[in-house]
Amino acid sequence: MKDIVVEVNKLRKVYGDSVAVDNISFDVRKGEIFVLLGPNGSGKTTTLECLEGLRKPDGGSIKLMGLNPNYNYSNLRNLIGIQLQTSGLLGNMRVDEAMNFFCAYHNKSPRYDLLERLGFKEKMDAQYQTLSTAQHRRLALALSIAHSPSILILDEPTADLDDQSRVELHDIIIESQERNTTILLATHNMAEAAKLATRMAILWRGKMITAGTPLEVTATGARLAKISVRIVGSSLSKPDIKFPSATKSLLKDEYKTYYSTNPGLTVSAIIKYISKQKDELIDLRVERSLEERFLEITDNEAKK
Amino acid sequence: MKAFKNHFFFEFHTGLADKSLLMMNYLLPLGLYILMGLSMKSINPGFMEIIIPSIIVISMLISTILRLPGPFVKSRDAGIFRSYKINGVPATSIVIIPSLTTMLHTIVIAIVIIPTASLFFKAPLPDKWIAFILVFLLTAFAFTGLSVLIGVLSSSSLATMLWSQLIFIPSMVIGGFLIPSDLLPTGLGKIGILLPSTHALNLFKFYSYNQSIDYNPLWSMLILLSSGILSFGLAIYLFNWDNQNKTRRGNPLFGLFAILPYIIAAIFLP
Repeated sequence: MKDIVVEVNKLRKVYGDSVAVDNISFDVRKGEIFVLLGPNGSGKTTTLECLEGLRKPDGGSIKLMGLNPNYNYSNLRNLIGIQLQTSGLLGNMRVDEAMNFFCAYHNKSPRYDLLERLGFKEKMDAQYQTLSTAQHRRLALALSIAHSPSILILDEPTADLDDQSRVELHDIIIESQERNTTILLATHNMAEAAKLATRMAILWRGKMITAGTPLEVTATGARLAKISVRIVGSSLSKPDIKFPSATKSLLKDEYKTYYSTNPGLTVSAIIKYISKQKDELIDLRVERSLEERFLEITDNEAKK
Repeated sequence: MKAFKNHFFFEFHTGLADKSLLMMNYLLPLGLYILMGLSMKSINPGFMEIIIPSIIVISMLISTILRLPGPFVKSRDAGIFRSYKINGVPATSIVIIPSLTTMLHTIVIAIVIIPTASLFFKAPLPDKWIAFILVFLLTAFAFTGLSVLIGVLSSSSLATMLWSQLIFIPSMVIGGFLIPSDLLPTGLGKIGILLPSTHALNLFKFYSYNQSIDYNPLWSMLILLSSGILSFGLAIYLFNWDNQNKTRRGNPLFGLFAILPYIIAAIFLP
């Protein structure tokens, strides 16, 4: 396809006896936010590091804008922006100095405005060694975006960030996408994936379990829906109580939660039961979210 | 060009602001200079004839061989080179810019040593200034090349220290500073030929102080030049961005090619 900018075909990476990435294939189209979602150790970072040219794959092929990052990195360096999960700068490098230093290598004017947006207005002359971990991460993000790359690769960009910084970062990511930047993002945060992804892939122990738009991913599988019920009374606390199509239940924060394969049938049975028991219904919510789908997938895979 | 300028000034400034780098670039060489200037007059009066080139070569050894490789290992271990790579800094800049700033630090030291040695220790000034400057630049080129190659190839700070000491300690003992080369036993003289400092001092003696040496100085010139070119070429080729990636370009043993000129010299020179 003409507008595919990232192509990963049967990617494989092995560390000693451990297979970190096992035959992963996906592609990313121009202007998409493609999210790699998975728990720690699922192969997200390794996949991204192969794409960034930091690791050499043991099998398969990778192309960014038609170029192999392991052999054509010098041609790609102005086209891609990267924020690593772990990186560092020299301790005595100032925040504004870092922006100036790296923008010059990209032949771009320094973007001090980005630093201000990411909370460095009062810390422009602070040395890298005096910044917190979250500030290191925000600075890395600012540096990755500053040269307006065509492809942006972000590895757990909001880990360790406070809510305000997270919202600001999401806004920056969405603005980048609006400027037609292709974004590849790895996260274990399902809310973040659901909010940002145009398409996504779920990784588990180095394998790609499913891929598609968030709607496609949540609509496949057992289609579990989460039904949360809160009542005045104790009728739902009885251990032997069961409802049709509800596969499992749990009690949390005064809410009884059921996972159902047929939410209409289950909800109807719950309401009838509460009414019969003469308890008062306070709240009832039905959700079909990425979280449920993700838990279902990881549960199934863990059982294999 | 702007990127090069920014990087160069950042590196140079770091060499002055960082206490340990300041110590290695300036305080230790100047301290040794004062100590040797005061003590060697009675121990080895001949040394005072060549105190200027000797102290310059020793200062270069400290600033390059002892000081330069360490930050390469630390930066690689701390993920700084990974950050450089993803932010568009080429390997050539990472290898060459610290070498140039180190040369600049050694020039500053030389500017301090030359007039003060003449003034306080009655050291003779070079007869041929142009030859002196050219030999200085050639020496700095060979020493920094070897130093960055050690930094690129060392897997740890300990390895860096071992390689550096392997060159520095014999250089001090049999490099012609403390004991004139012609007074050394034949075997030790041969080992001396393996050291870059021996050739640097030979060239300073012959070209800028009109002193005789044991063999044609063109040999020393050729050895330093070829070793410098090989060292820089290999350092750029074998450069490793991070210590987490086991797959690297080229075999680290290729680095031994950089000392081939010294080995050939030790075999063929008297």
